[in-house]
Amino acid sequence: MSWLPEIVEQLLGKALVAELAVIKENGEPVVHPLIPLYDGDRIYLTSSVLFSKKLERIKRNPRVSLAITDPVACDGLRARCTVQGDARVIEDDPHTTWERVLPLWRAKEPGIDFFLGKRVALPLFFERSMIEITPRRVLWWEDGDTSKAPQALSAAEVAA
Amino acid sequence: MKIDAALFEKLATYPHAVVSWVDDDGYPMQTAAFFRGDALRRVLRLDRTGVAIPTDRKVNVMVSHIRPQPGTGYDERRYITLSGSAAARDAGIVFTPMRAWGWDEADVPFFEYSERSNGQAQRYMQQLSEEQGREVKPRLSRAWTFILATRLPFLSATFVPVLLGIAAAAYAGSFDWWLALLTVVGAAAIHIGLNVANDVFDTLSGADDLNVNPTQYSGGSRVIQYGLVTLRQMSTISITAYVVGGAIGIYLVISRGSIELLAIGIAGVLLSVFYTAPPLRLVHRGLGELTTALGFGPIMVMGAYVVQTKELAWEPLVASIPVAIFVALILYVNEIPDRGADAAAGKRTLVVRWNDRLVTSAFLVAALAAFAVVAIGAITGVLPRPTLLALLALPLVPQIYRGIRAYYSSPYELMATLGKNVQLHALVGVLLLAGYVIAIVADKAFDVQTALLS
Repeated sequence: MSWLPEIVEQLLGKALVAELAVIKENGEPVVHPLIPLYDGDRIYLTSSVLFSKKLERIKRNPRVSLAITDPVACDGLRARCTVQGDARVIEDDPHTTWERVLPLWRAKEPGIDFFLGKRVALPLFFERSMIEITPRRVLWWEDGDTSKAPQALSAAEVAA
Repeated sequence: MKIDAALFEKLATYPHAVVSWVDDDGYPMQTAAFFRGDALRRVLRLDRTGVAIPTDRKVNVMVSHIRPQPGTGYDERRYITLSGSAAARDAGIVFTPMRAWGWDEADVPFFEYSERSNGQAQRYMQQLSEEQGREVKPRLSRAWTFILATRLPFLSATFVPVLLGIAAAAYAGSFDWWLALLTVVGAAAIHIGLNVANDVFDTLSGADDLNVNPTQYSGGSRVIQYGLVTLRQMSTISITAYVVGGAIGIYLVISRGSIELLAIGIAGVLLSVFYTAPPLRLVHRGLGELTTALGFGPIMVMGAYVVQTKELAWEPLVASIPVAIFVALILYVNEIPDRGADAAAGKRTLVVRWNDRLVTSAFLVAALAAFAVVAIGAITGVLPRPTLLALLALPLVPQIYRGIRAYYSSPYELMATLGKNVQLHALVGVLLLAGYVIAIVADKAFDVQTALLS
C-alpha cells in the first residue's frame, strides 16, 4: 500500500521521463534520464546492460533519488517532485525478468512493441535489469514552483 | 563535451535544469531550478530554490528534453549533464561546471549510441556471470543466431550468378538437376564460409569493434561484438562451411573430369579466403570490389556453366559481367557507412581512398556500364534477346544515386538506399534469368514446331 501523496502518484503515473540520481564511487551524484514505472507501491525503472554503469553504482550504494520536473513530459501536470529511496537491482535473468514491468512500460511508450518485434536486431538493448525503488522520503511542489519550500513526507513519519 | 560557447548555446535551449547533490543523510537530493548561462564566464546562474543548493560539495546539473508522441511514446531525446561546484552570489547560486557530457539523438542516432556502449554491456554481463555463478549472455534462438551469423539473406548474391550459369548452360543444351542442386549448395556453403570468415578477420583486425555505425547491410553480422557467438564458434562455422563447399567442389571436379572446373574452383576458394585473411587481405588493399566482382560474377557463373557443359564459353562470361558489377556495387555502397571504421582499422577500400564525389560518380558510371553490357550483348546476339528484360531495373539506378548523394554521411538514413542497391543486383539477376528461361522455352517451342513441320 502506497503512502505517497496523490499528486506524486499522478506524476509517477504520467511522467515519460524522470531524472534518476545515483551516487558515484567518489561520492558525487550522477543523473540518468529514464522512464519511471509505478505499480501503486514501488517505483520501477529498467536499464539495458548497454547503459549499466548506473546499475553498478546502485549495487555499490543503493541510495537514490528520482526527480520529475518537466510538465511537457507529464501530460501538462505542473507539479514537481523528488523521491528519495533505496534501490534494488533485479536481474535474475536479464533476458526476461524485466518483462514483468512491460505492461507499465507499454502504457507510456506503446512504440516499444515495435522495437520488441526487432529484438533480433537489438539483442543487447533487450537484455535489461530492473531497478526497484522503495520510497523513503518525498518532497513535492504542488504548483511546480521550486523557488518555494516543498511539502515533505517520509515513510518513517507515515509509520509513526 | 567541451565547456565552451557552443555548449552554452545548447544549454540556453532548455527551460530549466535539475540540480542534484548528496544530502547530509547520504541520499541524493534534487530540485528543479531556472537558470541563465553566462558563456563569457563559463558559469550558470541558478535562481534561488526552496531547497537550498549546497555550496560545500560537488553538484550535478542536468538539462533534458523529450517530445511526447501520443500513440508511440516520445522522440527528440537529448540531455546535457554538468558536474561542478556551486557558490552563493547575490540572490542566487553560481554554478561552475568542470565536466560536461550528454547525448542528442539528432547528432548520434540511438543505434550508434548503443553500439558505442557494447564494451560496457560485455563487461557488465561478465560481472553478472561472476555474481550469479553462471554464464550470463544475450540470447537469441539458434535459428536466428545462425541466420545472423551467416548473413543468410545475402546468399542471393550466390544464387543469382549460379542460377544464371545453369540457365546459360541449359540454353546451350546441357542441364542436369542433380549437378545443378550440388552446385547451388556448394556455392552457398563457400559463401557462408566467406561471410563468417570475414567477421572473424574483421574482429581480429579490430574493424568490426571500431565500427559504431553498423546497419543491416554493413558492419558485419555483429554476433561476436554482441557476445552471441564466440570467435572460436565463428571460426568453426566458417571452416565447416568451407569443408562442405570444398567437398562438393571436389566431387563435381572428379565426377565431371574437368580441369577448367578445378581451376575455377581453386580460384574461387582462394579469392574467398584471402578476401580478408592475411597475408593478402585483398579488401584492405582496395581490391575488395574487384575480388567480389570476380568471385560472385565470372567465377560463379562460369563454374556453374562448366559443371553442366564441361567446357568454357564466351556467352556466360558476358552474362556474368553485369552481375559482377552489381554485386561489387553492393559491397562498394555498403562500404560508405563503414568508411570511418575501415580507415581506422587500415582497411583501405575504394570508398576510404576516394572522396564522396568520386565515390558517387563511380557508382553511376559502373551501374550504367553494366546495363550497357546487357544491351550490347543482347543486341549483338551474344546474349539471348529476352535478356534485354534486365533493362527494366534501370530506373533504380538514379534513385540509388540520389540516395547516396543525399545521405552520404548519414548511415541510418542511407539504409533505404543500401537496401535498394541490394534489390538492384537481385532484380537484374532475376530479369536476366527470366530472359534465359523465355529464350529456352522459345527455342523448345521452335524445335517442336520445326519437328512437326518436317
